[in-house]
Formats: sequence, structure tokens, C-alpha cells
Amino acid sequence: MPINIKDLPKEKFVLPGDAACPGCPENMGLRFVGMALGSKAILVIPAGCTSIIQGLAPGSGLKFPILNVPFASSDSVAAGLSSAKKILGEDAVVVVWAGDGGTADIGFATLSGAAERNDDLIHICVDNEAYMNTGIQRSSQTPPGAWTTTTWLGKRERKKDLPLIMLMHRIPYVATASVAYPLDFIEKLRKASAIKGFKYIHLHAPCPVGWRFDPAYTVAVAKLAVETGMWILFEAEGGKVSISPPSKPYADKNRRKPIKEYIAMQGRFRNVTQELLTELEKQVDDNWSTLLKLAT
Amino acid sequence: MGVALKTLTGNYAVATAVKLARVNVISAYPITPQTTIVEKLAEMVELGELKADMIRVESEHSALAAVYGAASGGARAFTATSSHGLLYMHEMLWWVAGSRIPVVMAVVTRTIGPPWNIWTDHSDVMDQRDTGWLITFTENNQETLDETIKLFRITEDERVFLPGIVTLDAFILSHTTEPVDVPDQSLVDAFLPPRKQPYVFRAGEPIIMGNIPRDLKWNMMMREDIDKAMERAKKVIEEADLLWGKLVGRRYGGLTECYRCEDAKHFIIGVGAWVGDMREAVDYLREKLGLRVGLIKIRYFRPFPREDIIKWLNNAMSAVVFDRSVSPSAGGPIFVEVLASLASAGVRTPVRGVIAGLAGVDVTPEDIANAVLTSVSEAEELGTFKQSVLWFYGGE
Repeated sequence: MPINIKDLPKEKFVLPGDAACPGCPENMGLRFVGMALGSKAILVIPAGCTSIIQGLAPGSGLKFPILNVPFASSDSVAAGLSSAKKILGEDAVVVVWAGDGGTADIGFATLSGAAERNDDLIHICVDNEAYMNTGIQRSSQTPPGAWTTTTWLGKRERKKDLPLIMLMHRIPYVATASVAYPLDFIEKLRKASAIKGFKYIHLHAPCPVGWRFDPAYTVAVAKLAVETGMWILFEAEGGKVSISPPSKPYADKNRRKPIKEYIAMQGRFRNVTQELLTELEKQVDDNWSTLLKLAT
Repeated sequence: MGVALKTLTGNYAVATAVKLARVNVISAYPITPQTTIVEKLAEMVELGELKADMIRVESEHSALAAVYGAASGGARAFTATSSHGLLYMHEMLWWVAGSRIPVVMAVVTRTIGPPWNIWTDHSDVMDQRDTGWLITFTENNQETLDETIKLFRITEDERVFLPGIVTLDAFILSHTTEPVDVPDQSLVDAFLPPRKQPYVFRAGEPIIMGNIPRDLKWNMMMREDIDKAMERAKKVIEEADLLWGKLVGRRYGGLTECYRCEDAKHFIIGVGAWVGDMREAVDYLREKLGLRVGLIKIRYFRPFPREDIIKWLNNAMSAVVFDRSVSPSAGGPIFVEVLASLASAGVRTPVRGVIAGLAGVDVTPEDIANAVLTSVSEAEELGTFKQSVLWFYGGE
């Protein structure tokens, strides 16, 4: 059901005084999680940018119950918490809020285990495409060509396709989202919270600091990722894949904006060659072709 | 009355205790020799004998993480592991203790590789000594069952609020069948009050655990309070022993048990299953050789029974400490802590550290008697001996 922006709750879960960088997409995402799930949510957060964003103890800039946990433990902690709530007969939506490292790399075995067991929780991967909190090192989610402090000449390897890997876990719900499309994200979160079992949402989150763009343009960059087809919004309920409305037009290659526009906005791609650009275009076509096959 | 004699392996004694403690959530990953604990609990859950959730995780790190999540949410939770599994969990041990969330874990002590070795030594659990977990060693399957139940009460006491480990030696206890008194459920219910913990994670109640401290001194104070809670636990352990004794008629003493100590001039100190062999060694040395030897069985390594050690060794002529693990270049951890305890009270009793039984090397009562005899003779002849660490392989 489409959500009207006017009907969104006014209660704030991201409070003044948090410690996020200007233009931080994670803060935006957390605000949307508050709008979608409200006080039903309990957050489990492994190390990452949100460890800082939430502010200093004993205070907190976030009005959720938050259990901070070590990197490789989050989905298991959430599974235990969710199990306790079930056994004690309490209502709660247990949410893992993890970065791309905490999800796709150091956290992956735990994520995969919880997904295979179909533990009742929502895992949100807030993907800023590198280890930003430790100072912009490459991750398996860093796209080819991107500069990081461990790939000075640009990363050579392709981005690991986590949403599809999670889809192949045959869990009840998988979706991608973007901070530039809050209503789409909120709708997906609400849908996920009504489903029992393991739900995975991969949130694309452009980081001004790590991607080298002006903090005023977080939403613009996130939007361009979708419009160029670099990031595809879709969801899969019970394994049935459908392209989400914001991405639908870009199934048609001719309607996609040139990838160059997206690349040009970000300092991390300043050394990208024509050859690599062609390779990126090929990868976008490839990603679309795989998803469209799954969607039919 | 209220008890039923059953034949149980150490591992089944643990599983039975967990059932009697009405645990809500269990999570574990199989590893030899812990495996039959998990198997038995899974069976109990599937047969409906135990109303609990079983989270069959993909690793030990996740096992303790799941147990931590469940306990943070207000559930009584349990896990079990051994050796490499325990080392893989190590990060989470710190996190659980630092969060002051009570949980109970059974550790079936096993050698650490390489090479692969499934037999008992205590290196795995000794590696956890600084984490802030209570650590108790058990001598037989009855004590394993009793101490597992007690540990729920002790860890959930507000003076403590720390997690706890009950250890049993690989195979010697874990896979050996012994007669065990299984207390009636009503006795355990009378012994175990409803779960208490410092805070519970609930939806709509915004609390935050583990974010960066504004003042680093608070962080240091958290460590100090764990240190203090560990000291406070000493009294709680004694109270639990007393109450359990009243209910089921079995008392072990608090942190230590002393065997034939009343007139002893020389002491053996040890932990775990081979304390049984040490009892035999004491009997032999007394009855055959007329030596006044006593045995201090350390039941709780954390908190460390400093006061008991000082009390018993204050006027002793010598002591031999047996360690089934070693901190290279420092000696066995029990030896080191006995020395530190004595030094803190100015007690000058000579102490010898014997490192034996590592990697599961079998040590018999005769071996123990022989190892002790060397030191005792030296002390009797010269009045003292040089403090030293001896690697002892037993046999010939």
C-alpha cells in the first residue's frame, strides 16, 4: 500500500545532538526506521558509523532501545533477543542495523546462519560501500574503480551482490532501498515487520566523506545511483521478485542516465578511465538482466 | 525423599541441571567432547520435556551471541562448549561480562591445538580467566549437576550479576557414567528464584548498552565494579552452598574444600576431576608413609579463594600446586595466584608448581604421590625448598 508522507508519524527517533557527519545518509535512514517501526523496534548495532552517531554514554541521540554488539555477532544476538521476546510473550520488532562490513564481510557468516534458520528479525544493511568508520577502507561492497585508503589506485574487484545472495537463502523477504526514496524504504520496512522470519533490506547510503562529494548532495547522489541503474530498487516476497516503482523506468536501458553523471559527482572515481567506465556500464546491464530474468 | 539416583554421564548431568533450572533459551554449536550436552538438550526440547527455544547456530561465536541476546531480553539462557569453541567465543565472553548479563555456560575442558587433541587439560578455560566470568571446576558428575544449578542462582544474584562457567573434564567426567542424585523439580524451584538481571531490553523502553563513554573513568569504573562483584560473589557462593545443602543434603564448602587438612603440614592444591586422584594420593602418603598431607580443592577459580589459601597455608611447611595448563615463562596459573595470595599476606610457605596432565597425559594417584613426595621430603629435611616449576610427565 503506498504511503502518504502526510500520514507519517511525527514522533522523532533521531534526536538533536547526535554525532553524525554533515550529510550523513545513516542518520537519514535511522529517521526512516523510526517513522516505519516507531517504538516497536529494538536495534542491535555492530561496530560501525552508528556506534559514533548514537552519541556518548550515558546519553543517546537515538530514541530506540539499542544493544551495541561486536562485529560478527549481530544477527545471532538479534536471534536470541527475538527468541526471548517470543518466549516471554512480548511484542517487538528486532532490527539489526549494520554497515556493509558488518553485513557482507566480517558479519557474513552470522548473517547467513540466521537467514538459513529463518530467525525472526529484520537485517538492514546500510551500505556506504566501504569501511567508513575506520577511515574509508575498501569492502566487498566497494564498486570497481573507487578510491579508498586501501585501494589508492581504485578497487579492481566487482561489488559482491548481497541482495541476490540473500535471495538465494530463500528467506521470506528481501528488498533493496535507497535513502533518496524514503517512502519506498518505509513501505518495505513496514511490510517486512509484518512478516515472520528473516527479512533482509539493503539500503544504499552515499557517504559524502568517503565518496568525496559535497554533503549537500547525499540525496542527489543516491538518486543518480538509481537513475543511472547503478543501484536497482526491488523486492522479493516469498522469492517473487518485482522491480520497485522508482526503478521501474530504468529497466529500459535507453531511459537510464549516463553512468558518467553519477561518477563525475564523486571524488572517489576521479581516476576512472574510459575503459573502466565501459566495464561499469557492462556490469549495470548485467545486473539488470539478471534481475529482470528473476522478475519475470 | 525428593531425590532419585540415576546413572548419568557428566554431560547428561549438565543437561539435566539445565532442564531443572527451567532455562528459556539454549544455543550451542557442537564440538567434541561437549556435543552430547547439546544433543541431549535438543532431544529434551523436541520431546517437550523442556519448554525452551533451541537456536542451532553456525558457530560458537554465534552461540554465545544468541545466548547474550536472549539473556539481554530477559530469558534464562545457557550454552556449552570446549577448547577451540571457547576460544572462538572469547570476544563475546568479554562482552557478556561487561554488559553484566547473567548467563551460564558449561565448558568441557579440552586441549587446544595444534595438534588436534580431544583429551582434557585446562588451557581453554584458563584463557578466560580475565573476562569477568565466574569459573567453577567440578570433581565428579554429582558436583557438576549441583554446581550448574547453583550457578544460575549465583550469577542472577544482584550482588553479582556476572556470567558463570561450570567446567567438567573431557571424558573423565563428560563421558563417564556415575550415579547421580537428581533432585526433585520442586526442590530446584525452591532453590532458584525467578530470574533477576540489571536491565531488560524491551520495545518502547529506550535504553542503550555499550555506546562510547563520555568519561573514560566511567569505563574504568565498570571494570572495577566487575572486580568488586567478583569479590562479593564469594559470600553468595557460600550462601548458595548452604541453602543447597539444606534442601538436598549435599554441601561442598564455598570456594574450596579441604580434605584431611586439620593437622596437615603439607598441602596439595588442585582443581577438577583429578582432585579424586589427589585424594587417593593424600590417603597413601598419610597411611603408608605417615606424612601429614592435606588437599585443598579449589572449587572456584573465579573468584579466587585468596583468603582460604592464606588460612590453610599460613603455618604449613610446604605446598604443591598442580596445574593442567601453563602460561609460558610464568608457570601454571593456579600456582601463580597461590603465590600472589600468600605474598599479599606475607606468608612465606614454600610452594612448588607442578605442570602435569597437559594434552590429556594421564596422571595416576601414584604419579601425584611421587611428585608430592619429592617436595615434601625436601621440605621435611631442609625445612624449606626453592620455589620452582616442575614439568611432570608421570609414569616412569
